[in-house]
Amino acid sequence: MGRHVVRRLFQMVPVFVGATLLIFLMVNVMGDPVAGLCGERQCDAATTARLREEFGLDQPVWRQYLTYLGNVLTGDFGTAFDGRPVTELMATAFPVTVRLTVVAILFEVVVGITLGVVTGLRRGRPVDTGVLVLTLVVVSVPTFVTGLLLQLLLGVEWGWIRPSVSSEAGFGELIVPGLVLASVSLAYVTRLTRTSLAENRSSDHVRTALAKGLPRRRIVTRHLLRNSLIPVVTFIGTDIGALMGGAIVTERIFNIHGVGYQLYQGILRQNTQTVVGFVTVLVLVFLAANLLVDLLYAVLDPRIRHV
Amino acid sequence: MRGVTRARWAVCAAATALVAAGCGNEVSGGGAGGAVLTSSWGDPQNPLEPANTNEVQGGKVLDMIFRNLKRYDPRTGEAKNMLAERIETSDSQHFTVTLKDGWTFSNGEKVTARSFVDAWNYGANLTNNQKNAYFFSYIDGYDRVHPDGGGKQSADTLTGLRIVDDRTFTVRLSQKFSAFPDTLGYPAFAPLPRAFFDDHDAWLKKPVGNGPYGIESYTKGAEMVLRAWDGYPGKDKARNDGVTLKVYTDTNTAYTDLLAGNLDLADDIPAAQLANVRGDLGDRYLNTPAGIIQTLAFPFYDKDWNKKDSVKVRQGLSRAIDRERITETIFQKTRTPATDWTSPVLGEEGGYKKGLCGEWCEYDAAAARKLIAEGGGLPGGQVRITYNADTGSHRLWVDAVCNSVNKALGNDRACVGNPVGTFADFRNQTTRQKVQGPFRTGWQMDYPLSQNFLQPLYYTNASSNDGKWSNKDFDRLVDRANAETDTAKAVGLFQQAEEIVRDQMAAIPLWYQNGSAGWSERLSDVTLNPFSVPVYDEIKVG
Repeated sequence: MGRHVVRRLFQMVPVFVGATLLIFLMVNVMGDPVAGLCGERQCDAATTARLREEFGLDQPVWRQYLTYLGNVLTGDFGTAFDGRPVTELMATAFPVTVRLTVVAILFEVVVGITLGVVTGLRRGRPVDTGVLVLTLVVVSVPTFVTGLLLQLLLGVEWGWIRPSVSSEAGFGELIVPGLVLASVSLAYVTRLTRTSLAENRSSDHVRTALAKGLPRRRIVTRHLLRNSLIPVVTFIGTDIGALMGGAIVTERIFNIHGVGYQLYQGILRQNTQTVVGFVTVLVLVFLAANLLVDLLYAVLDPRIRHV
Repeated sequence: MRGVTRARWAVCAAATALVAAGCGNEVSGGGAGGAVLTSSWGDPQNPLEPANTNEVQGGKVLDMIFRNLKRYDPRTGEAKNMLAERIETSDSQHFTVTLKDGWTFSNGEKVTARSFVDAWNYGANLTNNQKNAYFFSYIDGYDRVHPDGGGKQSADTLTGLRIVDDRTFTVRLSQKFSAFPDTLGYPAFAPLPRAFFDDHDAWLKKPVGNGPYGIESYTKGAEMVLRAWDGYPGKDKARNDGVTLKVYTDTNTAYTDLLAGNLDLADDIPAAQLANVRGDLGDRYLNTPAGIIQTLAFPFYDKDWNKKDSVKVRQGLSRAIDRERITETIFQKTRTPATDWTSPVLGEEGGYKKGLCGEWCEYDAAAARKLIAEGGGLPGGQVRITYNADTGSHRLWVDAVCNSVNKALGNDRACVGNPVGTFADFRNQTTRQKVQGPFRTGWQMDYPLSQNFLQPLYYTNASSNDGKWSNKDFDRLVDRANAETDTAKAVGLFQQAEEIVRDQMAAIPLWYQNGSAGWSERLSDVTLNPFSVPVYDEIKVG
């Protein structure tokens, strides 16, 4: 187990280097960011030269990357164009997005799995059909439509919530945005749980449990659900990274100043430091979530062992 | 019901954490009650230094916390003395500035001649990386503190600035520039307190100025809380207790927040909402001309676009664009078809001349076809209009312009849009002369003078002359106009120069852009100045 974790951590190194290099190159290909700093006017040559020097843009790309990587290892993620250290941007943006993701994951786990269990146990009944149709609708409607619609209905028409989230972005304010963010994944989790549950229902160990005369509740939770959750856990685990990075649309709609907002602005302003820094952290989150999922397998199914 | 209480609670918690904005009865320190308004904002691109801010969002703040020697009248745009008691010159090159007595910064420090001279020296100095440095380029000694040709910087201060006494300083320019005093309302010319130089980082965290508002707190990227400064000595004291600027990523969200009653003032109404803004807000909506003009510039560095008869092609293209239709259908008349190369906010006396473009800006498909044929046809058989697709609904109008051109020329492939992903990349391509074919140029004036609409854009090698158009007669007329002490004559000379721009069709004028704002029922007396920034100090709350 311990050795497995260590090995996995070592495997992260090349993934990390490769991912940062790729992002670094992609942002660099977009061209010279200094050109956009002076509005519709050309920055004068001397100031341009000084700015390029300050941001290290006068160096060849490979050296820029090595310097950047070296700095990152010492915890220095560089400075954005408005003079703020990227670490400071991260310190304000990540807590917000983490809260949003937590809300979204909670929705997925609680609502998604519950619905999945309910429909999985009552296949073909009206509940099942109803939820299936509902999930189909949710999956087929793009997030920005759901988001704008809920914002307009709940925020403007009925006045239940504020259409925009304040800069503190507490959990209470993030319920609706979290639901919007989770909606598509929630539908998948429901369907995944349902199918997986339905498959396992007819397996031998469940029939044995039934024959033993175990209470229904115990069969569902201990025998059926635990075995059916492996694909669901895999999905949710990979979804953590996707939710954090993919919140751009939701964050824009609800004016949440999280990771998506910083990334969007970083890309618009071609701010290499911001974009690479944030994506790097997202890559780390993704890797960590995957590792966590792998370890969870062993908990769910003791037959799976990591050596 | 639970949703309601919880949301409300969150609102009040957020508001009280900053300063009471109407939840409960708290009263903030300066005796400010509930007459505080919230207003939409965007994250400033550069650090909030006067000589480093060149976009509207940062400019919004500077306009509230600073007052310059001159101030542009929010209604007429006329440059009026603010801190300056008088600015005198006999030769349009040597100026003596006398300050009014009694002005201080909001931290109590007196505004003296030194506050200006130090600030300007800081702005011009190359080592400070100030993006507006070139505004000081007329002042003598600029080439030594800011050598542009790659030479070494040999001085730290401008030789053209000299402090005479606490309230007087002199400015010597390197050339005659009669309108120089009128440029001094631009934010880059603001005075700076000693705190700016002594503890620069602290100042940037919470800028201190001499305007009607002081900054109470500033959470970068999220919110700025400004309070009316009780001790403000000027006549334009704030008529409200303060303004809270809230950063919105998307103008649509700001608009939705306004409709839901969570925001008092949203400027820049998104194009998508223009069709229903009247129904949503009734007369709480404003749409006034701003000093912004959109044009199509041409790559004069490209031989295909700079042939002897190319002018006819450019004129033909101009006549193939149905400005009336496009401004009406796409922009709901929030833009006005352009008939010259300046802006209506200048007024007739300031150099705006309605109809100066004449027939060349009128839609006429037959004439367009004829002109383009006479000019040898479109280079390569097709025009590609390059634009940045990230902001400003440029895609909409470029497609519409192309549509209009295609229809006029009876050729479905005559014109296509060429989107560039980001503004930075777009600027990259235009400033390096990489663009083939016409490209979008938007110009927002720095100060309301016709000089500002012509010289930076069309003078040989000027800072925003991306198409590299060059015309000796034009340059000569601009030089003469700048040296002319009589304002009316100078305006006349600029108009003559503008006629050359027209005759050569150096750029196709498309439309003048308006500023727009919508506000809540709590507010009254909302206006926009010619820079499309709300005149905050005049807004009344309640």
